[in-house]
Amino acid sequence: MPGKTKVLERKPLSLAERTYLPQIATGLKTTLSNLFEKKVTREYPEQPPPIPDGYRGVPTLVKDPNGREKCVSCQLCEFVCPPKAIRISPGELDETGETAHVEKGPEEFEINMLRCIYCGLCQEVCPEEAIWLQNVYSLSGYTREEFVNNKEKLYEMGGTLPDSHFKWDKKKSAENEGNPHH
Amino acid sequence: MSENGNGKKELVEIFVDGQPVKVLPGINAIEAAKVAGKEIPHYCYHPKLSVVGNCRMCLMEMGTPMRDRETGEPILEEDGSQKIGWIPKPVIGCSTNVSPGMHIKTESDLVKDCREGVMEFLLVNHPLDCPICDQAGECSLQEYAMDYGRGYSRYEERKNVKPKRTRLGPRVTLDDERCVLCSRCIRFGQEIADQDVLGFVDRGSFSTLTCHPNKELDHNYSLNTVDICPVGALTSTDFRFKMRVWFLKESPSICTESSIGANTTVWSREGTIHRITPRRNDAVNDTWMTDSGRELFNQVAADTRLTSFQIGGNSADATASIEEATGLLSKGKTAVVASCHQSVEEQFITRKIADHLNSSVYIARHLGKGDGLLLSEDRTPNTRGALLNGLTDNLPTEDLSSLAEKIDSEKVDTLLVCREDLTRVGLSEAQLEKVKLVLLDTQTSATASHADVQLPALTVFEKNGTFVNLNFRLQKFSQAVPGPAGLLPDTLILSKILSTLTGESFPDSPATIWKSLSQSNSNFKGIDFSSIPTDGIQLEKSAFDHIDFPEKQSLKYSPAAITG
Repeated sequence: MPGKTKVLERKPLSLAERTYLPQIATGLKTTLSNLFEKKVTREYPEQPPPIPDGYRGVPTLVKDPNGREKCVSCQLCEFVCPPKAIRISPGELDETGETAHVEKGPEEFEINMLRCIYCGLCQEVCPEEAIWLQNVYSLSGYTREEFVNNKEKLYEMGGTLPDSHFKWDKKKSAENEGNPHH
Repeated sequence: MSENGNGKKELVEIFVDGQPVKVLPGINAIEAAKVAGKEIPHYCYHPKLSVVGNCRMCLMEMGTPMRDRETGEPILEEDGSQKIGWIPKPVIGCSTNVSPGMHIKTESDLVKDCREGVMEFLLVNHPLDCPICDQAGECSLQEYAMDYGRGYSRYEERKNVKPKRTRLGPRVTLDDERCVLCSRCIRFGQEIADQDVLGFVDRGSFSTLTCHPNKELDHNYSLNTVDICPVGALTSTDFRFKMRVWFLKESPSICTESSIGANTTVWSREGTIHRITPRRNDAVNDTWMTDSGRELFNQVAADTRLTSFQIGGNSADATASIEEATGLLSKGKTAVVASCHQSVEEQFITRKIADHLNSSVYIARHLGKGDGLLLSEDRTPNTRGALLNGLTDNLPTEDLSSLAEKIDSEKVDTLLVCREDLTRVGLSEAQLEKVKLVLLDTQTSATASHADVQLPALTVFEKNGTFVNLNFRLQKFSQAVPGPAGLLPDTLILSKILSTLTGESFPDSPATIWKSLSQSNSNFKGIDFSSIPTDGIQLEKSAFDHIDFPEKQSLKYSPAAITG
């Protein structure tokens, strides 16, 4: 369509433009100004990022402040786990031990981190508040077996968390002093 | 109860929440409401035990049509409809029997209030044990607390403390805190098991279930108390803390302990059986089964299990073993030892193999002491199947001495043995040495060590099939778990042997075998494997009236001599 096409006139470059010097100076200015600004990157993995509250990292087992393992192997987490990453072998606790009144605990507890999708349902469903998703988010290993966290490893990563209920301690004190039977 | 001319009970019309429904006369309101599709929650009521009415959970409103006391004329409302005389207070459903025209309300505000009240009292001293309680998932208290409970607790005092792990007997452990004092277990001991050792001691909220001093709950039906316990108070010592029930797959099966053929449910997870419980069948076992029958699943993973095909003691592959077996059978002077542990289908093919080889069939019987309830004298599940299949004309023999004689006189030099240890039924190891032996069995035995060809078989939990119980009831069992790797169903092995012998193909799965079976055997005429209901089919038994069966009186069986 003649008449509708506008032909722009291409001006010849000026001397300054042909030397590229002003452009180089402008670029260097940007570079130099960034040298003195706050860094927006960090030296990962030496500098780990701050983890916000409620972050869902690796699921772990925790003990209560008295060192009692909180998990009673009710297997609700195993049931709710969408990718079926959890596997528990339930067992009876030693009848003479300190925690005999709890009766039940996990003989083995395995979480397969290759399956885990960090959804946090296990923590949500746990009636004993024994399983918590912690800050650790980066796992590495050479074999598949390394990614199956067993009970020992889960407690090692989980450590101890404060407890506001002490449900089983109350139970024990009731057994010792409460509502005598005869 | 009224009966019409046909001897059939006439139905009674009652009204459940205004809905007319016809029910059998004499049943109680809980059962009647069930017919109408309404649930009346209950703990102490059990359909097979006497009614005591002590849990008060089944409270409901009840009314009957009003009649004039003098004339007997119905009293009508102003609009002409029948006036209902409602009882001003709630009544319990379990001990209220239906009467014509009776009205019950199961959903009124009063009823809901009652249930909330009862639930609140039951939960007052109930421990917060659900995470560690084996009953969780199949607990009436849990279910009713969700459906009929208040949803929160107003109780602030300290809960009562009761013994947590009382050993009641070798197989039952009691957690008294969880008990809701329904007394089902006590009544079971008194009315069914005839061992009255349980009872309540102390009063009020301290009431405690205990065993009589110096006695134990040790009868062979003790685990039924665990089944009927509506809460987690009575627990199976074997199953305790093993697995949560919501992981378990239920498969309908038949107990192989004796010819009673108790209907069972096999509970398994990922190929491992965790427990066996009775399945209700009012024609066979009601809702009970023996403790000993529940232990039979241990044979699945037993160390003595045969797990490989072997030729001459060396492992071989299945096809080669079956070919070798067929070769031996077709060459020699063969006798067939069948078993009453085989399913109907397996017996059918065994019969065909024997017919083709023109060999005689031997079956040994296995008797034990019966208990008059659900353990019969005949300790095999399928003697009647052997009769119906024509494997034998009369009862299995006490021992196989006639076979032993034939081996000694060299009239028999090859044996096909199915599910039998010959050394226990009258044959010596020396005699087994003399013959070529093809063995199809599940467990190692002295016979297995002499087998020239060993064909490993599957247990009842690993295959499908049918048994015929002592009342000639055809009952189906289903596969609960997969068999050990590499093993084939018995029907497939036998069918391959038969088809190799005859050169014609033969069906190899229960469903296809039944097509042939129902056509060729008039005893099973018109029966299709897939349409056998879960509670079985009663077969015609008059043809076998002349046989003097070893079973004595039991829960659902009377010997012919007594019935006349």
